[in-house]
Amino acid sequence: MAVASPTRAFGASIRRREDPRLITGRGKFTDDIHLANSATAMFVRSPHGHARIVSIDTSAAAAHPGVLGVYTYQDVKGFISGMPCAWPTTNTGDTLKLATYPPLADGKVRFFGEAVALVVAVDPNTAADAVDLVHVEYDPLPAVVNNEAAVAPGAPLIHDSAPGNQAFRWSLVGGDTTGALANADVRISQTLVNQRLIATPMETRCAVADYNPASGEVTVWVTSQNPHIHRLLIALSTGIPEHKIRVIAGDVGGGFGAKIPYYAGEALCIFASKELGVPVRWSESRSENYVATAHGRDHIQHVEVGATKEGKITALKVTAYASLGAYPSTAAPGVPTWLFGCIIQGPYDIPNNEVHVIGVYTNTTPTDAYRGAGRPEATYILERVIDLVAAKVGRDPVDVRRLNFVKKDQFPFKVANGTLTYDSGDYELTLDQALHNVDYTHLRAWQEEQRAAGKLVGIGLSSFVEVCGLGPSSAANAMGFAGGLYDSATIRVHPTGKVTVFTGVHSHGQGHETSFAQIVARDLGVKVDDVDVIHGDTDKVQHGMGTYGSRSAPVGGGALRLAGMKIRAKAQKIAAHLLEVAEEDIEWVDDAFRVKGSPDKSKTIPDCAFAAYMAGNLPAGVTPILEEQHWYDPENFVYPFGTHICVVEVDRETGETHIKRYVAVDDCGEIINPLLRDGQVHGGIAQGIAQALWEEAVYDENGQLLSGSLMDYAIPKASVMPHLELGHTVTPSPHNPLGVKGIGEAGTIASTPAVVNAVMDALSPLGIHHIDMPLRPAKVWAAIHAASH
Amino acid sequence: MEENHVGITVEVNGRAHRSTVEPRTLLVDYLRDDLGLTGTHIGCDTGQCGACTVIVDGQSVKSCMVLAVQANGAHVRTVEGLAQDGRYHAVQQGFWEKHGLQCGFCTPGFMMQTVQILEDNPDPSDEEIRDALEGNLCRCTGYQNIVEAVKAAGATIRSGAETMAVGTGVGA
Repeated sequence: MAVASPTRAFGASIRRREDPRLITGRGKFTDDIHLANSATAMFVRSPHGHARIVSIDTSAAAAHPGVLGVYTYQDVKGFISGMPCAWPTTNTGDTLKLATYPPLADGKVRFFGEAVALVVAVDPNTAADAVDLVHVEYDPLPAVVNNEAAVAPGAPLIHDSAPGNQAFRWSLVGGDTTGALANADVRISQTLVNQRLIATPMETRCAVADYNPASGEVTVWVTSQNPHIHRLLIALSTGIPEHKIRVIAGDVGGGFGAKIPYYAGEALCIFASKELGVPVRWSESRSENYVATAHGRDHIQHVEVGATKEGKITALKVTAYASLGAYPSTAAPGVPTWLFGCIIQGPYDIPNNEVHVIGVYTNTTPTDAYRGAGRPEATYILERVIDLVAAKVGRDPVDVRRLNFVKKDQFPFKVANGTLTYDSGDYELTLDQALHNVDYTHLRAWQEEQRAAGKLVGIGLSSFVEVCGLGPSSAANAMGFAGGLYDSATIRVHPTGKVTVFTGVHSHGQGHETSFAQIVARDLGVKVDDVDVIHGDTDKVQHGMGTYGSRSAPVGGGALRLAGMKIRAKAQKIAAHLLEVAEEDIEWVDDAFRVKGSPDKSKTIPDCAFAAYMAGNLPAGVTPILEEQHWYDPENFVYPFGTHICVVEVDRETGETHIKRYVAVDDCGEIINPLLRDGQVHGGIAQGIAQALWEEAVYDENGQLLSGSLMDYAIPKASVMPHLELGHTVTPSPHNPLGVKGIGEAGTIASTPAVVNAVMDALSPLGIHHIDMPLRPAKVWAAIHAASH
Repeated sequence: MEENHVGITVEVNGRAHRSTVEPRTLLVDYLRDDLGLTGTHIGCDTGQCGACTVIVDGQSVKSCMVLAVQANGAHVRTVEGLAQDGRYHAVQQGFWEKHGLQCGFCTPGFMMQTVQILEDNPDPSDEEIRDALEGNLCRCTGYQNIVEAVKAAGATIRSGAETMAVGTGVGA
């Protein structure tokens, strides 16, 4: 669909409409909600990675002054017996074993930090005191935390229902990989670890539940990325009628996927409020967040590559052991399967490829989506493989990328395993732009000089395409997702011409209150300042599927565009009637309907809205009030792409990596607000660099989380982040109503391998070819030390 | 007064408050729960993240690392006290104009620390800014626009220019 050129609104770097409340401390985050008579909930959590519960003595806690209730699984199971999995992934044959996930431990604990009992008290201090008074006797069991060890013979059994700790086996095949591998001139085998990460949004998870026993209604404030999904899952899991549940996700302090799932925290606040007849609130501490909120990634990948002597990859076989953690979280099974396997060939024309995923249970915190969710795991493989192939055949990795890219004239491009058709793309465009921006030729010359002086400097590339803008509902259903992936918009033009938008997606940092106002400002010719965007409240907003998978702009924005066109269509009829001309005689120009040839004869959308409110002089067939609604089910995913280039120096003495330059060129199609777009890329790159260099969730062999706080889990600080040089190209999505492609995850997907490739390039003169992430100084130093002996 | 409760007097954003608190009450909890000033946020329990940063007697501190009883007699400034006379503080304006916030959760802490930075060093370099912000963590922005926001705020303060009125829109 052709898109209008940018005006004062769409395409402009406008400051944000949501900021005034946030910069004055007037945001309404869930822990800010204070209802009269509220009680505080806190959890008793397992100190063991794997143990039988011998006994739970709640008597001392229950007797403590100010304690309103102490509950175990036996007390709550009548209300909610298990946390539902909303993505029982398909294509697993009969191998899928979704273990029951009790809201409080049922006879056994399976991960460090698993909730064992719930304490509800009059205030947080009393609740904390009472938690210490709950006595749990455990019989520790051997634990297993390594993905391959978990499915090896003799591993401790975590769930009786999942023999061998296997959650599923899943495969996608395209072409003849076995044959192509056998015939390849060049063969490479490599094991890669995509380490477990902890999302660490700055706001931990919180919930407030207020159950009204007289009406049977419950209001739940919760840190959710998808309030309607929460509402549906609460209804299904507790039996509370769906229409009596109001979920409010107000200001949410970051999500990154970890606030998609429906957790026991909010479920049990509802339980307690119903039991006790008072509002119940709960806020995670950070240490609690580190064990109780879903982790991300955690693959061990075995990769086999076949290529020609020129570096053209003819075969790619991936076998990945992916951890679900101790229990299947809400969306978890889909992440290391469909969101990973579909895009396994990335931007490359690899006609023969296979991906096999073994899902495993381990004695660790359950995993779920984390920024990129499956796509970083695939891109990391591809970008390391390209560099390994380039090294083996003795060619510049830039040339090997070019050789393997899907070419501009091959779109729409169907991948070998048949699951996706990339709608549009020009991978050489972003590669060339990035090479230009970094001044690649001079950079390689500079590298030679530096090497001659004994410095370890490296240049790493990462070219990617990713699949996002989730997505076509038929595909979602086919993948086993328990829902469609459409989204919605209602546009209400008030009699005075001000506009309220109700969107089914959710902003927890992305700035939709601004970007969506910009879409409407362009499409309806009104001021951005006159458009309020409402999200997050299931009482106010029609059904939507929330924000994740870079879907807000393509799907939420797409719905908004189409609702806007409905407004325009109705208003056009009204305008023609008011101007006393035929509809064919007016056109939409400069933010108004104007009579062709007499542009001063015009009516604005606000003019039409007032006429629609008055309603006495409307054309035949046109109903009162100017308000329209649309649910948009995309026909395809969208496929943003780009190339990132990272330049590093590795310190021989310390193994520390210093990023000297970081250049990114991304293509997300049309850009609604460049300032916001850049912000998404900055933040995404920070998380991706952090995976490459610093972050790792570490468990010991007993299932103890060693990286249990910000003291040990290294999220980046301002002092370690490099300055990022961003560029962009614009290749609109041909099927998306706005031409946009989504940008929320692209930075994270691209950056991790760019950094790892740079470090490996720096170390290549020493004969070091691969080190697993994170590339901590000690690890790098050890590799340097070993190589020179 | 209840056993083991202590009486304190704290001036917050120019207003005196007399309260009784348990000795273990953190300053951040006192501000949020007792005074209802929920603009100061809690992001961790190990004093790392800086979301709770406020200014006590002219010095930026992490209010999760200060007991309310320690603030007895002190002058405390929080995010709610930044805007004055209907105008944004230059720091607020800088963060707004440079997209120095996304989810906004860490932002009050960053802004209070920035007030301190610019008082100590009115024209800091990028490196100085990044070092001075080591105690404030942000997961959304990657820090780049925060650095720009600090510089913009510094420039506004140095120029003496009037800041935007609270209630100003985005101008589009």
